[in-house]
Amino acid sequence: MAAPTMDRSTAAAPATPVQTLTISKALNMGLRAAMEANPKVIMMGEDIGKLGGVFRITDGLQKDFGEQRVLDTPLAESGIIGTAVGLAIRGYRPVCEIQFDGFIFPGFDQIVSQVAKLHYRTQGKIKMPIVIRVPFGGGIGAVEHHSESPESYFAHTAGLKVVSCSNPADAYWMIQQAIDCDDPVLFFEPKRRYYEKGEVDTTAQPGKLFESRVLRSGTDATLVAYGPMVRTSLDAANAAAEDGTSLEVIDLRTLSPLDLAPVFESVRRTGRLVVVSEAPSESSIASEIAAKVQQECFYSLQAPVLRVTGFDTPYPPSKLEEEFLPDLDRVLHAVDRSLAW
Amino acid sequence: MSSPEQWTHPEPDAAPAATAAKPTAEQVIAGLRATDEGGADLVQLLTPEGERVTHPDFDIDITPEELRGLYRDMVLIRRVDREANALQRKGQLGIWVPLLGQEAAQIGAGRAMRETDMAFPSYREHGIAWTRGINPTELLGIFRGTDQGTWDPVEKRFHPYTIVIGNQVLNAAGYAMGQKFDGKVGDDDGEATMCFFGDGATSQGDVHEGFVWAAVYDAPLVFFCQNNQWAISEPTERQSRLPLYQRARGYGFPGIRVDGNDVLATLAVTKWALNECRHGNGPILIEAFTYRMDAHTTSDDPTRYRLSDELEMWKLKDPIERVKVYLVRQQWADNEFFDSVEADADKLGEELREFCTNMPDPPAERIFSNVYAEGNPVLEAQRDEFLDYVSGFAGGEH
Repeated sequence: MAAPTMDRSTAAAPATPVQTLTISKALNMGLRAAMEANPKVIMMGEDIGKLGGVFRITDGLQKDFGEQRVLDTPLAESGIIGTAVGLAIRGYRPVCEIQFDGFIFPGFDQIVSQVAKLHYRTQGKIKMPIVIRVPFGGGIGAVEHHSESPESYFAHTAGLKVVSCSNPADAYWMIQQAIDCDDPVLFFEPKRRYYEKGEVDTTAQPGKLFESRVLRSGTDATLVAYGPMVRTSLDAANAAAEDGTSLEVIDLRTLSPLDLAPVFESVRRTGRLVVVSEAPSESSIASEIAAKVQQECFYSLQAPVLRVTGFDTPYPPSKLEEEFLPDLDRVLHAVDRSLAW
Repeated sequence: MSSPEQWTHPEPDAAPAATAAKPTAEQVIAGLRATDEGGADLVQLLTPEGERVTHPDFDIDITPEELRGLYRDMVLIRRVDREANALQRKGQLGIWVPLLGQEAAQIGAGRAMRETDMAFPSYREHGIAWTRGINPTELLGIFRGTDQGTWDPVEKRFHPYTIVIGNQVLNAAGYAMGQKFDGKVGDDDGEATMCFFGDGATSQGDVHEGFVWAAVYDAPLVFFCQNNQWAISEPTERQSRLPLYQRARGYGFPGIRVDGNDVLATLAVTKWALNECRHGNGPILIEAFTYRMDAHTTSDDPTRYRLSDELEMWKLKDPIERVKVYLVRQQWADNEFFDSVEADADKLGEELREFCTNMPDPPAERIFSNVYAEGNPVLEAQRDEFLDYVSGFAGGEH
């Protein structure tokens, strides 16, 4: 089916276009707008109907759109993804919620073998406009399997697109743009930032989905982050400014395809790059950025690209997550190392 | 045999343990192991000897013309299968997946479908493809390595071959849910979906999840399991204690075992099941009890794991011979008919050989084409760099 056009002028716009919202509320409103714009958009997941999702991201949607458009599914992630494939072939645009990052793996086979490959296998005769929403990352004191950062697996898989929002405005727009996209999109939501607030202008023209964005200009070094680490990087840049160090902060937003043009441009000016991510560092998105930057900015670099990441271990018991997760101090320590190189 | 515990812990004086190939009498009586006879619940309308029998629940009115058509379908698809197998032996195909012996199961099921129904195949469903109007030449590229299936799955209502075992069962369940959500279920004009998989696939999580999903959403889905007794080297006993059709009960829908070598019975049972689904009474599981007469693929060597006796016994149950005997005995077909079918088969075989040996290799660009619907600048840069590199060789590409 052709990509549906979202008529933003008739989407139920709130009374005041600029509101202060949490990321979770912005996602909820974005999903609602997408469902209003296109009757083929359906939600699928565990506990997303009556309960509104364990994080309440789909709160109120089943009540307003019915059980046939907001499906409380059986507890089987392969089932959620595998049936979404069939529904997509039938012309629907399924939005699947994976309850927690660490529960996506039963659905991994369907994602990699079918969702990612059907368009290629059929040379475009079948499209897979499926969005898979994944609350990801740590910092919430949870038990095992509830704090992981599995995005690299999906960025490594041809046929998938992978994005992550870091603020309410992006949450509101990016989820709608992901649903509009005719390619399958893994949508990573920074779960420990769900309740952070920011301004959302529901009438503004949003930027493109698959573009990185410079959030703060600086001259001494560049920080690149995505999802929950964007806030950490901005905090680090504020702290560094007090000491007279000017850091540029780039929100990656899209993890596959990577949009590194703003990063290259920045590194050519600053000569120094620190990549910040919660995921383990080996063979990660941070690694890919380091490889591409050394290839494109070889003669501009004043120091090697440094990575500040989670460690190459399983996610630890939560009493240790403060040590495990990159924080402001570890980011600034890496900046100091880069500047002193 | 009174409690489940006793099923797994034989009593001290129990009879000798069964081998994979041969169940004990006790196990057969208890319904715990499949037999080569199919058991008392097997639905059959045409015996291996070509004798028409009745069944209390399933029957079918078939005209001579219809039966001649089914016969012709089976002969032609067997010829396609044998030609493709030979093309692999000649090096024209990298591999082939034979359907020999499963012609009745596939033609019976395929001819029960309407154009508006949807089918999700595994990778041995050449007979189903035939009934969906797919030219057999379109199957060759998959096994020659020139493409991954070229038919339009939406137009033909025949999904691409699925190679990961069981994946397509969930995809089919989702599609059938969509038929229901679209309001296409509930009367004679309703739509239904068929999903094809083998005995080995019944152990996959995706198949169990497909059963659960189709059941709780009342999806119009016919699960069509071709039990050909062997999952490469593993017998059905390695997948299940219970005859496969009996599993359906645990999920809350009917399961029927049909003689998969009997095209009439398969047609009758599948038509019934599709009709139930159209009216909103799905899903339904059909186990077509059949036999894989050839290897799993051309790379397989069945002499390492199964006895030739077994093959000899199943030869007597050939799906095509019994129809021929019945057609002759009823005087529904004469030599002229059988000769014309043979001539059609010869022609089809020749077309297949001709097509296969002239298939061009795809161009290098094909590596990169249609990975995404909306493009990917990173991939496009990689493609351009590679094509530029290739074009740098003297004499052009390659």
